[in-house]
Amino acid sequence: MNLTLKVWRQSGPSDAGRMVTYRVEDVSPDMSFLEMLDVLNERLILEGDDPVAFDHDCREGICGMCGMVINGVAHGEQRATTTCQLHMRHFEDGATITIEPWRAAPFPVVKDLVVDRSAFDRVIQAGGFVSVPAGSAPDAHSIPVRKEDADDAFDAATCIGCGACVAACPNGSASLFTAAKITHLSLLPQGQPERLSRAKAMVDQMDAEGFGGCTNTGECTAVCPKGIPLDTIAQMNSDYLKANAK
Amino acid sequence: MNYVEGAPIRDTKAPAGPIEERWEKRKFGAKLVNPANKRKLNVIVVGTGLAGGSAAATLGELGYRVKSFCYQDTPRRAHSIAAQGGINAAKNYRGDGDSIYRLFYDTVKGGDFRARESNVYRLAQVSVNIIDQAVAQGVPFAREYGGLLDTRSFGGAQVSRTFYARGQTGQQLLLGAYQALERQIAAGTVEMFTRHEMLDLIVADGRARGVIVRDMVTGEIERHVADAVVLATGGYGNVFFLSTNAKGCNTTAIWRAHERGAYFANPCYTQIHPTCIPVSGEYQSKLTLMSESLRNDGRVWVPLRKGDGRAPGDIPEDERDYYLERIYPAFGNLVPRDIASRAAKNVCDEGRGVGPGGLGVYLDFRDAIGRLGRDAVEKKYGNLFEMYERITGENPYDVPMRIYPAVHYTMGGLWVDYDLQSTIPGLFVIGEANFSDHGANRLGASALMQGLADGYFVLPTTIGDYLAAGPFGEVDEEAVAAAEIKVRSRIDRLLAVNGTRTPDSFHRELGKLMWEYCGMERTEQSLRKALERIPELREEFWRDVKVSGTAEELNQVLEKAGRVADFFDLAELMCLDALVRTESCGGHFRAESQDADGEALRDDETFAHVSAWEYSPEGEPVLHKEPLEYEYVKMTQRSYK
Repeated sequence: MNLTLKVWRQSGPSDAGRMVTYRVEDVSPDMSFLEMLDVLNERLILEGDDPVAFDHDCREGICGMCGMVINGVAHGEQRATTTCQLHMRHFEDGATITIEPWRAAPFPVVKDLVVDRSAFDRVIQAGGFVSVPAGSAPDAHSIPVRKEDADDAFDAATCIGCGACVAACPNGSASLFTAAKITHLSLLPQGQPERLSRAKAMVDQMDAEGFGGCTNTGECTAVCPKGIPLDTIAQMNSDYLKANAK
Repeated sequence: MNYVEGAPIRDTKAPAGPIEERWEKRKFGAKLVNPANKRKLNVIVVGTGLAGGSAAATLGELGYRVKSFCYQDTPRRAHSIAAQGGINAAKNYRGDGDSIYRLFYDTVKGGDFRARESNVYRLAQVSVNIIDQAVAQGVPFAREYGGLLDTRSFGGAQVSRTFYARGQTGQQLLLGAYQALERQIAAGTVEMFTRHEMLDLIVADGRARGVIVRDMVTGEIERHVADAVVLATGGYGNVFFLSTNAKGCNTTAIWRAHERGAYFANPCYTQIHPTCIPVSGEYQSKLTLMSESLRNDGRVWVPLRKGDGRAPGDIPEDERDYYLERIYPAFGNLVPRDIASRAAKNVCDEGRGVGPGGLGVYLDFRDAIGRLGRDAVEKKYGNLFEMYERITGENPYDVPMRIYPAVHYTMGGLWVDYDLQSTIPGLFVIGEANFSDHGANRLGASALMQGLADGYFVLPTTIGDYLAAGPFGEVDEEAVAAAEIKVRSRIDRLLAVNGTRTPDSFHRELGKLMWEYCGMERTEQSLRKALERIPELREEFWRDVKVSGTAEELNQVLEKAGRVADFFDLAELMCLDALVRTESCGGHFRAESQDADGEALRDDETFAHVSAWEYSPEGEPVLHKEPLEYEYVKMTQRSYK
């Protein structure tokens, strides 16, 4: 396959940035999207150009480090797929592909396709945990948990913190990310003592970071590589309202 | 490369007495630090996987002043996150005869009698606390309808002791540790440095006193000093270029510590996982593991005839070779990882491999679908089938999967004593980065157990015994400056070469060489060849590598070049270690040492020891042997026939 790439290049936070066009040839349909970029970068290095900077690590869809807006869609058009798990067989020979970073004010561009997602860590710091120091736990079987609750909690807990939800949201909201953690811990008995204070602190932190509000467009769940359901946001809002009513 | 033999290691600091009392004894014997003093003691933890994340969080909870470092953009991404299968614990919730002693016994035997009994027993003891801790944190383990935790039998174990969270156990446990860590960051006990890479260890007056790191965004070289340093920087499987490790995994932190005096133990022990998706082309950047559980229902086969180009569906039953069932009738497709891997290599070497380059074997679910129905198979393995199809474009319900072994885990690592302290006082090493608990072969679902045992329970106790003598005062400025200058000059040197080959092209070549000569099967001849070739390639690297950009910016090429440079040095030591160990054991198969049936043959007379290598800057590496004694588990040759 031969492709034309239009890639966002930005040397640093103070650079205005621009789209730059590259040709890549002899792309195998079995390559992953990131392997295709590796091939481009190997060439750029030898030509003395600056290779395209992008975040990636596990390359098996679980660490959440990679993420690009491909042809206008966070992680590309294939559903429930991280960028690293997207393969070139889903593109047409001769196609033009645009590649951009996550765009949201709380995720400033570091370089090219690399953005700063530390705002997510601060949302977790606000309360995304159960306060239980090592060594203080009772026997694991002392509190049974309904299987349905454990399964639902797991579904919410599979969030990989990639930030695609924010990139896809017209409001730049981090509601799906925040709601996933609130829901995970709200569904389990271990999460009850801090349930309301957690919801309040995390939502307030999310707002303080400059993420937008949720208007139920559902773009977040559509691009989420783990398919975190939209109703987690209802759970978050419910807990948040209860916390404020107290 | 030659070596000299140094003094043996006689004392690992494990207490004497009955094995079940040793950890209690050590805990009671360890000096305590009073709460007011903890606030004056600084600890650096490098790496935020299961071991590093849990250690940093726990040390923070105890009241120490902690600095935590990771190269990723957030501590939640470390590669522990990719572990699929589960975590072992001797809870015996099933009442199926499990016990601490049995987990200890299985681990010593599974490690092919090359692990320390004292350490392994402690690991089995602590395993039960890990599950309690994780559940209390809200880790959503799989549960049964009665609300209790579900378990499964894993990797050929005869008891059901593996706790799991669907196929994402590593992710859920890591997020538990990450959340505990973020809680401490919010509390101000832990200061977090993301996108920072450790490039040297500061050793002053014989103690580990800090690290030199590079801020990967600005390129700034920073000094951080402390009263103790903990390395939790993972394994070195990426020396093979292709492995199941994350792209960023590297050996730099432990290698630099090795150069500063920490012994490196058993570097040749590499685990090759049998069920990975095969290489599809030259551009391949990493390999993806498919859970071992697939072997519970999939049947492994290759065509009987060499070079049989027919589609798998066109090959009749009597022209297929279900070689694992044929050679190992008792265990069949469920033989341990090292045996399944080597058998796959053998049939491919015979020219009977399938797929691109003939480097693959079939893992066929046709019979399972026939027996259980497609729905049942989908329920059990649906997410794995989906992952396979995403990567290969083939549907495993219709066409058998193709699998091939890939490097997955390294049992070797920095030598540590019973306290997890290296040969440099004040330098502690935990998780995959150390060598201690898995011997020559790690059992499935034991990596998560060890990482969390070290981080939540063992290190926080033993490091206190060391820190009780602190704070250790000002750090000798000369030692700090010297380490910083060394780091800077190395970066300058990499940028100055301006040659014609990329760091990745060297890494690929080194990886191929290691896979070929120091991979699943090693011979004296292959290892000597590697030891001849590695220095040549390293010399070429330092003469011809091309690193674009500058040191004062986010520069992923520079990061990569530094890591590849260290992989060369490590590769050489791995081959030397493999050459010296003329026996076969666990993940290390020497072709010269096999029985009449082609199975691995240990040599307990000569090799029942840990090989701990001391770096010597000018001369030859020094080999220190730590004898291994088995008071509880009788040494036997493994048999799976």
